[in-house]
Amino acid sequence: MTGLDDVITRVHRAEWARLVATLARRLGDLDLAEETAAEAFAAAVEHWPVDGVPPNPGAWLTTTAYRKAVDRLRREVRRADKHREALMLFDTPDPPGAIEDDRLRLVFTCCHPALAMEARIALTLRMVGGLTVPEIARAFLVQETAMGQRITRAKAKIKAARIPYGVPLREDIPARVTGVLAVLYLIFNEGYLASGPEKEAVRADLTAEAIRLTRLVRALLPADGETAGLLALMLLTEARRAARVAVSGELVNLADQDRGAWDRALIAEGHALVRARLASGQAPGRYQILAAINAVHTDARDVRDTDWSQVVALYDQLLRLDPSPIVRLNRAIAVAELDGPQVALAEVDALPLAGYHAYHATRAELLRRLGRSAQARSAYDQAIELTGNTAERAYLIRRRDQLAGR
Amino acid sequence: MTQYLISVLHDSSELATDDEMAAIDVFNEQLQADGHWVFASGLASPGSATVIDARGGEAVFTDGPYLESKEHIIGFWIIEAPHLDLALRLAAQGSKSCNRRVELRPFLGE
Repeated sequence: MTGLDDVITRVHRAEWARLVATLARRLGDLDLAEETAAEAFAAAVEHWPVDGVPPNPGAWLTTTAYRKAVDRLRREVRRADKHREALMLFDTPDPPGAIEDDRLRLVFTCCHPALAMEARIALTLRMVGGLTVPEIARAFLVQETAMGQRITRAKAKIKAARIPYGVPLREDIPARVTGVLAVLYLIFNEGYLASGPEKEAVRADLTAEAIRLTRLVRALLPADGETAGLLALMLLTEARRAARVAVSGELVNLADQDRGAWDRALIAEGHALVRARLASGQAPGRYQILAAINAVHTDARDVRDTDWSQVVALYDQLLRLDPSPIVRLNRAIAVAELDGPQVALAEVDALPLAGYHAYHATRAELLRRLGRSAQARSAYDQAIELTGNTAERAYLIRRRDQLAGR
Repeated sequence: MTQYLISVLHDSSELATDDEMAAIDVFNEQLQADGHWVFASGLASPGSATVIDARGGEAVFTDGPYLESKEHIIGFWIIEAPHLDLALRLAAQGSKSCNRRVELRPFLGE
């Protein structure tokens, strides 16, 4: 039966967002769309082993979900109007291109700026990604009931505030796409540097899901440069995943990573995206610049081959868009390779980032290279205290304990 | 068409400046020209409020606002818009014009 399980999993991945999106448009109710889509998959698990997999699983699921929706609306006498509406829509054929638009509508609705950020993330994973509530709860180390409530509240807000199920107003599109990408990037980052003492250091399920969703959004918005940039950034980061955590469970920093373990296919795809964006001649946004920085890193067979001046130049470009202390911190790390740790430390020391673990970790490494061991040790202590990632903590403790005794 | 309440939030007793009033006028005229206008007004300071409770039969009057908070509502718009995204845009323009934070809420009912 494993063969069939695989088929159902594959169909679920391919069809879930499409199914929820189509149902939501036709039924005018996101909640009902989600529930009947889930019921249709439950029916598939029950019937396909007996009746065989239908020739067109997507169409089978859509028909089944509609029947479930209509049955349910028939039972709910109070919603007589919606019942008529649903029955009427049931026979309307899809206009051409409607399916693509429906999924885009769904993405924009789940990432609507009137929803709290954590609600956007949860809704996107549930409605577009098709993850179950327990899966999302586990990913964010939240109780299942709490995550269920978060999603229920978000759906209630969509209904009460009448968040439109549609593509944004033309003049809102750039800001709304930025909002969607921010949600996807947060999902990816939570997977890439998971927080919480009980969690694995890297949540491959979340990074994979973020990449899948970004691919979907890119397919829906092929002309958007930042969507391409974010996908490239994720691919070039994901490519290094296997080399990023040592067998001991410790984080391995970029310089020490086994570059032979990097995923060459992902790197090639990421590089192709970055090249295509450069060739477009359009001014790059934040994600495209970050992707370009990662392209420089993944281009070097050995850390000593890294083109640091190019990395610093890209960070300068990024600073013009986003003059934040975190960008300055990352730039300083590259400056250390180009102009030495003394110059970099002077830049890092000026940053107002005392509450950020990476600030202390960076200072610790620079102080260590300058032979200022006592100060390095205290910087490691602060970084260890502030980091929420188990593998990073292990790495920092080892680095600290390598320093000569007090 | 849905009607929305845009409440203007404020944290001191200072009134709108001349520049703010001028910007609010421009915004109001735009709302009227585009058919979004229902009503708008400023409110007197929270110190002018009286709380009334007549649930027990005899009305009991209490001086002062019901909620003691740092922020209070200093004015409001009631607008009409076909959907939330447009209402959000209008609320953003309102916030810009009066130079304060605003809260947007739809009225109940279809």
